[in-house]
Amino acid sequence: MADNKMSARDLRAYFHKVEALHGVSLGFAANRVTAIIGPSGCGKSTLVRCLNRMHEVVPGATCAGQVLLDGEDIYAPAIDPVQVRRRVGMVFQKPTPFPTMSIEDNVAAGLKLNGIAVSRAERDRIVEESLRRAALWEEVKDRLKRPGASLSGGQQQRLCVARALAVEPEVLLMDEPCSALDPISTARIEELLLELKENFTIIIVTHNMQQAARCSDFTAFLYAGNLIEFGETKQIFTTPARRETEDYITGRFG
Amino acid sequence: MTLTKSARSRRQYLRKLKSDAMVGLTVLATAIALVPLFLVLGYLASKGAASVNWNFFTKMPAPVGQSGGGMANAIVGTFELVGLACALGVPIGVAAGIYLAENRGGALAQAIRFSADVMMGVPTIVVGIFCYAIVVRPFGGFSTLAGAIALAVIMIPLVTRTAEEMILLVPHELREAALALGVPRWRTSLLIVARTAASGIATGVILAVARVAGETAPLLFTAFGNRFWSTSLFQPISSLTMQVYTYAISPFADWQRQAWAGALVLTAIVLALEIGVRWLTRGDAQVAR
Repeated sequence: MADNKMSARDLRAYFHKVEALHGVSLGFAANRVTAIIGPSGCGKSTLVRCLNRMHEVVPGATCAGQVLLDGEDIYAPAIDPVQVRRRVGMVFQKPTPFPTMSIEDNVAAGLKLNGIAVSRAERDRIVEESLRRAALWEEVKDRLKRPGASLSGGQQQRLCVARALAVEPEVLLMDEPCSALDPISTARIEELLLELKENFTIIIVTHNMQQAARCSDFTAFLYAGNLIEFGETKQIFTTPARRETEDYITGRFG
Repeated sequence: MTLTKSARSRRQYLRKLKSDAMVGLTVLATAIALVPLFLVLGYLASKGAASVNWNFFTKMPAPVGQSGGGMANAIVGTFELVGLACALGVPIGVAAGIYLAENRGGALAQAIRFSADVMMGVPTIVVGIFCYAIVVRPFGGFSTLAGAIALAVIMIPLVTRTAEEMILLVPHELREAALALGVPRWRTSLLIVARTAASGIATGVILAVARVAGETAPLLFTAFGNRFWSTSLFQPISSLTMQVYTYAISPFADWQRQAWAGALVLTAIVLALEIGVRWLTRGDAQVAR
């Protein structure tokens, strides 16, 4: 097993007084894809949102426990959540290109909005590299000045991946990135994951068990705010240790 | 079988008749509602058009007893007052709107929202008296600045509330997407959320401008009116509304004609602003697609 890039230790998440995660502990291996599966409302999204301190953005949402990034607790008092989010990028369920920006401005948004000054040439290089990594360059290279919203849904989602990659994160969180996409676009994103894990640590939330089986190295099964089982994807899907896991992956509940 | 069929077609016929009658009634109601509007515009045009000429826009008011002259100073005065009111009121209104949208449930936000709503209902003459008491009296006299402050006070709650509404329309996901890129919250609010809502906010500003451009009462106690060029922010200034008021109640036929012309020009300016809003929101619909 590779070294853990991130790990959660007894992570508890709350919405006001309601506990949504009941002490989850697991590690995310570096340069691997870890899938988080489980029925709706089991806390998958909450878990990944705790990993880049996006959980606390929602009013009334808090969490307790530790999340280590390279061995350092991202919830330590001295840590700035903004810095955490630059190291741990995120792609959401719905594609969210910034509607006022062109394709290239969308990709460079993380630089521009953070006031990071780069030369024109450097910026162009980052835009091209990020779009290539997101497997979108060939489709948009001739229309970089068009609005980001002019792309198809699948392209918009890859644009959001490119945007997240442009700020050079170390970890990429994906919260059901394919749920709004058609099967062809989904296949492209899945191919992308396999390429991206060379350089990034990827954590993907998915409703789609085939997707988890196809493209992840490790799988965590969450149910009702508890981590039921965690292990290598192959083992989880062929010889699950827990009854609940077996029931879920065979479609008996959830 | 045939019986039920004919009964069905009869019922269908009755329903269609009812539907047509209702559509007819709504068309009639719309027509009645529009009649006063067109009467006002038509009457204004017929009375005022004859006196709207080059002199009206370029000449100063003629001395009492002489005919001719124009409202050049009042037209410039209106633009000066409204422009200055925007410079004072828009930044405050937009900033307050952003604050309200970002801190929706906070106690301070609720207090601000409530007072903005109350202020929108305050008669504008009260705003005039308020500015008379806190600006005109302490600073030694009527002035352009005092008039602009009065108009700004009227604009602020309007701009605040539209800015808030427009910002709340920006999808939550966009805000999260920016935050997840490691963008600090204040930059997200300003560069993503407010920027996305910009055309809506501009619409609100223009509507507020159209509203205050037609105000007379708050200016009577503050800008006061002036038959000459106002050369400083600390001197009284004229506006189309005050000039129309003064001329309309005067006993001179020539002044009364010019009052009609002034009213027509003011209406045209406000109409142009409203058309500008339509044009802006048309662009908006395309963005929303």
